[in-house]
Amino acid sequence: MPKEMFIVDAIRETLRQEMQRDENVVLLGCDIGTKGGPGGAFTVTLGLAEEFGHERVIDTPISELGFIGAAIGAAMAGLKPVADVQYSDFLYCAMDQIANQMAKMRYMSAGQWKVPMVLRAPVGVTSRGAQHAQCPEGLFMDIPGIKIAVPSTAYDAMGLLRTAIRGNDPVMFFEHKRLYGQKGRPDAGEFFVSSQIPDEDFTVPFGQAVIRREGNDVTIIGKQLTVHEAVAAAAELEKEGISCEVIDPRTLVPFDETTLLNSVAKTGRLVIVDEGTLTGGWSSDVAAIVAEKGVQYLDAPVRRVTAPDTPAPFAPNMREFYVPGQLKIMEAVRGLM
Amino acid sequence: MNKLLEETGKEKLLDMYRKMVTIRQFEDKLYLLFLQNELPGSVYLSQGQEATAVGIISALNEDDYIMATHRCDGEVIAKGIDLKAMMAEEYGKVTGICKGKGSWHFADVSKNILPSNGIIGAGIPHAAGAALACKLKKNGRVAVSFFGDGGASTGPFHEGMNLAALWKAPAIFVCVNNQYAATTSVKIHMSIENVADRAVAYGFPGIVVDGNDVLKVYETAVEAVKRARAGEGPTLIECKTYRRGGHSRSDAGKYRPKEEVEEWLARDPIPHFEKVLTEAGMLNEDIKKKIAEEVAQRIDEAVEFARESESPSPESTLTDVFEEVKHA
Repeated sequence: MPKEMFIVDAIRETLRQEMQRDENVVLLGCDIGTKGGPGGAFTVTLGLAEEFGHERVIDTPISELGFIGAAIGAAMAGLKPVADVQYSDFLYCAMDQIANQMAKMRYMSAGQWKVPMVLRAPVGVTSRGAQHAQCPEGLFMDIPGIKIAVPSTAYDAMGLLRTAIRGNDPVMFFEHKRLYGQKGRPDAGEFFVSSQIPDEDFTVPFGQAVIRREGNDVTIIGKQLTVHEAVAAAAELEKEGISCEVIDPRTLVPFDETTLLNSVAKTGRLVIVDEGTLTGGWSSDVAAIVAEKGVQYLDAPVRRVTAPDTPAPFAPNMREFYVPGQLKIMEAVRGLM
Repeated sequence: MNKLLEETGKEKLLDMYRKMVTIRQFEDKLYLLFLQNELPGSVYLSQGQEATAVGIISALNEDDYIMATHRCDGEVIAKGIDLKAMMAEEYGKVTGICKGKGSWHFADVSKNILPSNGIIGAGIPHAAGAALACKLKKNGRVAVSFFGDGGASTGPFHEGMNLAALWKAPAIFVCVNNQYAATTSVKIHMSIENVADRAVAYGFPGIVVDGNDVLKVYETAVEAVKRARAGEGPTLIECKTYRRGGHSRSDAGKYRPKEEVEEWLARDPIPHFEKVLTEAGMLNEDIKKKIAEEVAQRIDEAVEFARESESPSPESTLTDVFEEVKHA
C-alpha cells in the first residue's frame, strides 16, 4: 500500500531501509541518537539508534571537521557513512575536508580510491539569524568531485537518497528546513509537502530534472522551496493569462541542461529563482548555460530572483524582504511579458 | 644478540635495512633529477627520517591502512609501492601510480595506501574513520596516520584524535617530529617539548621514541599495533628525528643552526642500523655493497621506465572526477 509521507518521514524511512539493506551504512552526527532526544535537529533520525544501536547511529562531539573527515576515511575503508550536519551553515567548519579531501580522493588517486558517503545538510532561510539560515549549496558546485542533490518532494527525497547511498561518489544532500513537514517545529509559512510513496524499491537518478507544471510563455526554474513558490506563482499567473512552465532540477551536480534548454526553446523566457545569494551562485551558472547554449531561444533577458548579497537577516519582516517568494516571482515574470 | 633482534629475525631485519636504503637512494636520486630540471612539480624529501617510516610500517600487516603527508616517500616505499609506478608519477607519466593526477600524493589501493595528503593534518581524521571502519567490519586491520610536528598544531589533529579515542578505534597516530614545520622550528611553533604529551588530553598513551633508531620505533609500533588490534584504542607515537635537507626543492634549510645540523647529521639512522646489524653478525661490507647495488639498479630501472613512459592524454584530465567518466 502506498503511504503518504512528508520529507522528514521519507528520509528517515530511507535511512532505515538502507541500514537494513547494507550493514556498511552508518550514521554520524551531533545529537542524532541521544536516548530520549529529538533525533537530530529536525527529528530525521528519530528511533534509528534504538533500532540499529549506537555503533551504527553514532553521536559525535561538536566536531564537524572531525566527523566529516572520519566519514571520508571510513568510506575509503569500506563503510557507507551518512554524516549529518545540523545546519548547512556548519559545513564551513569542515571546508577543507569537503573541498580538498572528500571531493578529491578519487581524482588524486586516478580512481583507485572512492569516497561513497552522503553529507546531509539542512538549508533554508528561517528567522534564525545569519549563521543558522543560509542556502550555501551553490557554493559547493564550484568544487569538482561532489554530487549535489536538492529534493523538493518526499518522493524525490527518498529516491535521490537511495541513489546517493548506493552510489560510489560523495553526495551533498541538501534538505530544506521549511519543507521537512516535521511536527513540533512550526515555522511561519511552513510548506507541508507530502507524497504518495510506493512500496517498491524505486530510485531517482541524478541529473534528471522534472517539469512540475507545464506552460508555454515563461520557464521558471527553482529548487527545493522555491519550486513550490514558483508553482504557486504559476497558478496565480495563469489567472492573468500567463502560462508558466516550472522546472525542478532535483540535482545541481550533475545538472540536467537538456530539460532546461528544451523548455526555454519553447517559452523564450527564463526566470531563475534561488534562495541563495545572487553573486557567483547557482543562478549565475544557470544563466550562463542559457547564455552559451540557448540565447537564440530568448525573447527577453534572463531574470534572476534570488536573495540579495547580504547575510540572512533575523527579523521576520526582513526575512520576507530577503527571500524570493511567490510575489517576487510573479513580478519578475510579469516584467518579461 | 638482544631479544628483539632474535625475535625479529635476520630476514626481516635485512628487509627493513633494504627499505631504508631504498628510501635514501630513491630520494637522493629524486633530488638529483630535480637539480637537473628533469622533473615537473616539487619534491619534499625525507632523508634522515627513514627509520620512522620503516620502523612503524614493519609492524603492520599488508592489509593495514596507512595515510601519509606530502613528505611520504618513506612511508609508501616501506608499504611496498611499486618503484617504477612511483617514479613515473614523479615524471607525470600515464604509467604513474596515479596516472599523472597525483604527483607526490602517492596512493596505492592494492597496498592500502590512502592518498597522501597535501593539507597538513587533514589525514588524521581519515585514520580515525578508517579505524572505525576496521572496528565495525571486524577485519582486524589498523589504520595509521603519519604527520609532522607541524600537523600537531592543526584542528584535525585534535578532532581526529578525540574521535578515535571515543570510538576506541584501532588507529595509530605517528608524529614524525623532524623539528621543523616547513622553515619554522618546533621551538617557535610549540609551547611544550613533546607532541606525545598531548595524548593525555584524549586518554590514550603518547610515547616519545628516538626516531633515528629503527628498532626502537619498530618495538614501539609493535606494542601500539597490539593494543589497537586488541580493541584497546589508539596510541600516539612521536618519533624525534631530523630532516636532513630543506622543506622543498627550493629550500636548502639554511635557517638552521650549524651545530644543530651537525649534531643530527652525525646521528644518521642508516649507519646506526648498519652498526647494530654488523655487531649481530647479520651484515658485512659485502652484503651492504650488494644491497646498495641492487637498490641502485632498481632505481635506475625505475628512472628508465619513467623516462620511456608516455605522458597521459590531455583529455584524461576529465576522468576520475566521478565514477562515471564525465557529466554534462
